[in-house]
Amino acid sequence: MKRRSLLAGLAALFTAGCSKIGDSKAFAGLVDGAEKLHRGAHRLIGGRRPMAREFSLADVSPDFRGNGNKDIDTDEYRAHVAAGFAGWRLEVRGLVDRPLTLSMEQIRALPQRTQITRHDCVEGWSAIGQWSGPQLSAILGMAGVREEARFIVFRCADDFNGHAYYESCDLDDAFHPQTIIAHQLNGEPLPVKNGAPLRMRIERQLGYKHAKYLTAIEAVANFDDIEGGEGGYWEDRGYQWYAGI
Amino acid sequence: MKRHALGTRIWHWVNALSLIVLFMSGLNISNAHRHLYWGQWGFSPKDAWLDVVRFPGWATIPGTYSLAAARDWHVLFAWVFALSLLLFMLTALVNGHFRRDIATRWKDWTPSAVWTDVRAHLRLQFDHAGAKYNFLQKATYGVVLFVLLPLMIFTGMAISPGTDAAWPFLLDVFGGRQSARSVHFIVAWALFAFFVLHVVLVLLNRPAKHVGEMITGGRIDEAA
Repeated sequence: MKRRSLLAGLAALFTAGCSKIGDSKAFAGLVDGAEKLHRGAHRLIGGRRPMAREFSLADVSPDFRGNGNKDIDTDEYRAHVAAGFAGWRLEVRGLVDRPLTLSMEQIRALPQRTQITRHDCVEGWSAIGQWSGPQLSAILGMAGVREEARFIVFRCADDFNGHAYYESCDLDDAFHPQTIIAHQLNGEPLPVKNGAPLRMRIERQLGYKHAKYLTAIEAVANFDDIEGGEGGYWEDRGYQWYAGI
Repeated sequence: MKRHALGTRIWHWVNALSLIVLFMSGLNISNAHRHLYWGQWGFSPKDAWLDVVRFPGWATIPGTYSLAAARDWHVLFAWVFALSLLLFMLTALVNGHFRRDIATRWKDWTPSAVWTDVRAHLRLQFDHAGAKYNFLQKATYGVVLFVLLPLMIFTGMAISPGTDAAWPFLLDVFGGRQSARSVHFIVAWALFAFFVLHVVLVLLNRPAKHVGEMITGGRIDEAA
């Protein structure tokens, strides 16, 4: 027992030291560097435009787990659910030449992409589903992204304790062919637990990038004036902005 | 001549630190979803082949549950671990360390030769004339260097959605992302078992001499 508690003591001492280092500015810089290195390596080994694997219908998981917010507890959202989201609008704004407001009908009338992909949560689990919707590139093309824009921000109807959920990606992911605004999962309108009526699919990154309950798409030059300034709800709470790892 | 080349010594300690940080931050990450699956997908305990215990704070980095901070440690030291291993392997190929000290011969693999070696180990007799390591040591170091450590890198890559898009063959090699995650977990514990065995054997057999040699390089005793 004594030897075991010695080992536990050593480990605890080590982990305490690591926590101290982990809080330092220098460590934050190193971690940012490692994140950039991973992103660069992914771009390097994959060539110009690597595609996430697409599966067959037989691979689709029997259920698609809902995680994070699985519903929105407001009268407004409940009214949207009751009306089948007929009045839901998607705004396209920010650094664009032609700001847009799209109805669900208009979104469904655009050319559609259907893809069966694997969704990887940062926690470790995976689910496979078939998603349908227009490519984000088509909508950004309609709006005309201005030259000074470097990121696309996704605004959502849900929040955690009053802090709005939001996400963002770079233009490489925004114009990637598999980046779609999904309104269908497995051939059915998107379930509430999975982000009805609209959610992002950014297939080469982890689940928290795939913003649900989508209300607006915003082209920006930086994240300075947006919430915590890190480019996403979870990013503001310490998670990596590049979630391809 | 030094018993351990400078490159080997530097790598040994960098690698030891990397593996400890990766293992302990990995235990924190494991606490985020304590179920392992086979195949491409898996999200519900009912489909899990293993429900993992919750690892206590003293065993994890950081010392309290934080998936964000644990991932920071993990993806940072993944680079230290992978790049130092690559450098060490290239050096050991060039300077003959692998050929001279790790490679085994066919005659070493006969049951009687292996049995002799096992008995010597059980009697805590580790001296062996002629070569730096005996058969069991060579075989163990070989498995760790060429199987377990590379497996950690490639299964780790197969868990990453960005790498999967770039190198989809990783998914075929391991039979899916959740299989790769399971193998990552199993091999991590295999390396932990090696770590324990390695440290115990050093402690049983002139620990000061062996640890000292791994720092200063030591000398090859020609008389032995």
